[in-house]
Amino acid sequence: MKGIDLISHAKNTWCPGCGNFAVQHTLKDLLAQMDGEGLPLEKVVLVAGIGQHGKIFDFLNLNGFYSLHGRTIPVATGIRLANPDLTVICVTGDGDSYAEGLDHLIFAAKRNLDITVLVHDNRVYGLTTGQFTPTSPYGYRGHSTPGGEKEVPLNPMELMLASGASFIGRGYTGRRDELKRLIREALLHRGFSFVDILQICATYNDLTGYYNERVYTWSDEDAGDRQSAYRKAREWDYSTDARIGLGVMYRHTAPTFEDAYPVPGEMTPGERDGWVARIMSERS
Amino acid sequence: MAEGEVSVLIGGKAGEGISSAGQIIAHLLGQLGYRVHMYFDYPSLIKGGHNFAIIRGAQGKIGAVRSRVDLILALDQETLRVHEPRLNDHGVVVYNTDAARYPSGIGIPIRSILAAEQAPAVMGNSAILGAFVRAAGIEWPLAEKVFTKSFRKGTGQNLRIARRAYEASEERLRVTARGGPGIPAFTGNEAMGIGLIEAGLGVYLSYPMSPTLNLLHFLAAHADEVGIRAIQPESEIAVILAALGCAYAGTRAAVGTSGGGFSLMVEALGLAGMAELPIVIVLGQRAGPSTGLATYTAQADLGFAIHAGHGEFPRLVLAPGDAEEGRIWIRAAMDLAWKYQLPALFLPDRIICEGMYSLDPAETMNHMADPVMAGSDDHPYLRYALTDSGISPLRFPPVKGEVIRVNSHAHDTDGITTEEPGVTRAMAEKRKRKLLGLAKEIEGMHPVNVAGDPDAATGVLCWGSNKGICAELGEGLGLRVIQPVALWPFPEESFAKAMAGVERFFGVETNETGQLARLVRQFGYRADGMVLKYDGRPFMVDELEQELVRVMA
Repeated sequence: MKGIDLISHAKNTWCPGCGNFAVQHTLKDLLAQMDGEGLPLEKVVLVAGIGQHGKIFDFLNLNGFYSLHGRTIPVATGIRLANPDLTVICVTGDGDSYAEGLDHLIFAAKRNLDITVLVHDNRVYGLTTGQFTPTSPYGYRGHSTPGGEKEVPLNPMELMLASGASFIGRGYTGRRDELKRLIREALLHRGFSFVDILQICATYNDLTGYYNERVYTWSDEDAGDRQSAYRKAREWDYSTDARIGLGVMYRHTAPTFEDAYPVPGEMTPGERDGWVARIMSERS
Repeated sequence: MAEGEVSVLIGGKAGEGISSAGQIIAHLLGQLGYRVHMYFDYPSLIKGGHNFAIIRGAQGKIGAVRSRVDLILALDQETLRVHEPRLNDHGVVVYNTDAARYPSGIGIPIRSILAAEQAPAVMGNSAILGAFVRAAGIEWPLAEKVFTKSFRKGTGQNLRIARRAYEASEERLRVTARGGPGIPAFTGNEAMGIGLIEAGLGVYLSYPMSPTLNLLHFLAAHADEVGIRAIQPESEIAVILAALGCAYAGTRAAVGTSGGGFSLMVEALGLAGMAELPIVIVLGQRAGPSTGLATYTAQADLGFAIHAGHGEFPRLVLAPGDAEEGRIWIRAAMDLAWKYQLPALFLPDRIICEGMYSLDPAETMNHMADPVMAGSDDHPYLRYALTDSGISPLRFPPVKGEVIRVNSHAHDTDGITTEEPGVTRAMAEKRKRKLLGLAKEIEGMHPVNVAGDPDAATGVLCWGSNKGICAELGEGLGLRVIQPVALWPFPEESFAKAMAGVERFFGVETNETGQLARLVRQFGYRADGMVLKYDGRPFMVDELEQELVRVMA
C-alpha cells in the first residue's frame, strides 16, 4: 500500500497552496505506512465536519462519515460505542470544533473517548469567505468585522488541558515530518487525542511567515507533567507575539469511555423472548 | 361504583411515593383480573406540591380514568380539599390521621405505625396501601404477593407496615376478583423499553427530559441483563448524532426525548434522511410551546414530526394508542427504519409514557421487515447503489478492500460529494422510492384501528392516548372510532377502508388546532366538528362523553 493509492477519484477543489493539502498528504502517507504495521486501512474511519477541511473526506479513499458542521465528535462517539475495533479520526476545523461544536470537544476530553481529533486550525472561516473564528487573532479584519474583531481568541491547548484530554499536541503544516510523527503518536495513544494543526489559509489568512519565524519544538521529556503542560499551553495565546511550541504538549494514561461501556454480549432471539416472558411474569 | 369497575385516587405531597403506590394499586387490580389504567398528575418539582394518581380497573380494555372515584387515599388534607368532590355516593376515604381529617373516613395513624417499625417517613405509602387493601375488601394473601414483588427494597419492613395498617383499617367495599388470570400492568415507557429490546436495540441514548425519563431509567436498569447500553450524553444534539454513528457502524440505536429536545435534534434528523441512516426517535409529547407545562400532556407535535427538517426526505411517523401498541409498534418502527434506512419518529403522548396500562403478553405483530444486506461478492461496494426499491444494500466497516462512506452532502453512489444535477436528481428519486415502498408495506400492517361500532355512520377520529377513551365511548354511544397508528407516510388505503360508510365524523385531540384533522383534510376528509383539550390534562371519560354529545347535537 502506498499513500498515492489513498487518493480518491474526486476532483480536488482546495485553493492552490492551501494548508489542507499538507494534512491530507501527511495523513495518507501515515495511514498507508501504518496499514503494514497493524492498523489495517479498513479499520480506519474518518469523520469530517463542514468547512474546507471536510473535503478531505471526498479526496481520500477511506471509510468515512461526512457529518454536519461542528458534529464530528458525537458521531465518533456512536461509532466507537458500536465497534471499538475501529480507529476513528475526526477531521475538523477551528470553526467546526471551537465554535459550533465546542461542547462535544470538551465532553469527549472529559470522557477520555478513545478517538483522535485533528483540528485544521487555519484561524479563519475559509468556505464562507473569511470571517473570524474562535482562534483568529484579536483585531482580525474580515467581511463580518471590517473594523477588526473585538474578541480575544480562545486558547484550545489550555482548554483541552482543563477538560481532561489525555493527549494534547500541536502541529504545523509547514513542518510535515513533525506533523506526521505527532499524528502517529496521537493515533497510537489510548484515550482522547487532540491535535491542533496550525495551517495557513492561502486566500484569507496566510500566516506562513509569522509561523515560520516563531515555531520551535517542545521537549517531549516533560510531556507527562501537568504543570509543564500548563506553562507550554500559556506560552502563546493565539494572539500576542510569542514563541509557538510544536509537538506533544501533554500525555497521560487514564481509563477510557470505552472501558466504562464495553460492548456487551448480544442476546439470542430465544434469550430475548425468555427475558420478556420473565418480566411479564414478574408483574403477574 | 360503576358496574364492574372501580376507581381509586391516591394523593399526597411529591416525594411521598404517590406514583409507586399508584402503580402497586394498578398491579393489585390487575391481579384481580381487571384491565387497568392509571393517570398520574404531578407538578414539576421534587419535594412538596400536590401529586395524585387515579387508578381505574374495568372489564374491557381502557385507556382513561373517570373524574369520579370510589376510594380516596389521602396522605394529606390537601388531597381531600382538592378531590373530595370526586367521591361517589358511598365512596370511601382512607386518610392519614397525622395530616388529614375526615370524620366518616378510615383514619390510619401512619406516624405511629412507622415508629413501631422504626421506618422512615417515605414508607408511609405502604401503610396507606395496607389500609386500602382492607377497605376495598381485597384478600390479604393476594396483596402480600403483589407487595412482595413490587417493593424495591425493605420488603419485610414494608410488608409489616402494610399489615399493621391493614389491621387498623376496616372493610367498606368489596372489590372482587373478576376471574381469569392476572393481567400485568406497565407504563408506556416500560412497554416501549420492552419493545425496543425485542427489536434488537444495542444502544439507547437520551438527555433527561420528561416524559421519556422513565424509558431511559428502565433501559439503564435492565441494560446489563439484556446486553444493551444506556448512555446519557451532553445534549440532545450529541444524543442523535451518536445514534447515527452507531447506525453507520451497524448497531441498532434509539433515542428518547420530548418536543424541546427534538427541536435540537432536527438538524441531524435531516442528516439521517440524507445519509440514509436508520434511527428510532421516541418523541414523548408534553404540553408546549417552549418549556410549556413540563409534566403535563399534549398531542401537539404531529405536524412538527411530519415536517421537521429542511429539505425533503422520507421518514416514518407512528403514534401508539396505548402501552400495548407502544411495545408492538416500536419494534416495527425499528425494523422499518432499518429496512428502509430512514428515521422513524415514535410519538407517544405523556399519558401513554407515564400512564399505566394492562398489557397482554400475547399481543404481538407478525410482520417481518429485515434490513437489505450486500453480499460479500458485491465489489466495489457502493453505499448508495441505485436500485428499483431505492434501498441500497448495507455493509458496515470494517470490510477489507472496501470503502464505506455516508455523507450529509448530495452524494454519488459511492458516497462522494456531488453537485452534479443528474446525480442529485437520481438520488432524490431513489430516496422517494423508499417512501413509496414503505407506504405500501405499512398498508399491510393494520395501520388504522377501528373500534366502537364498526358499522356506525358517525365517526370519531382520534390518535394516541385518546384511543382507549374514544373506543370505550364509541361502544356506549354507538360511534365508529377511527385511530390511525401510522401517520406518515399516511396509510391512505387503510384509512379509506376505515372511513367507508362514515357520513360525518368528529375529531378528538389533545391540542388547539386539530392536527390529525388537518392532516386527513389533505386526503379529502373534512371533520364535522372537533372536541379539543389543551390545558395539559387528558380527557376524563364522563367529561368527553358530555363534550361529544354536545358537539354531535
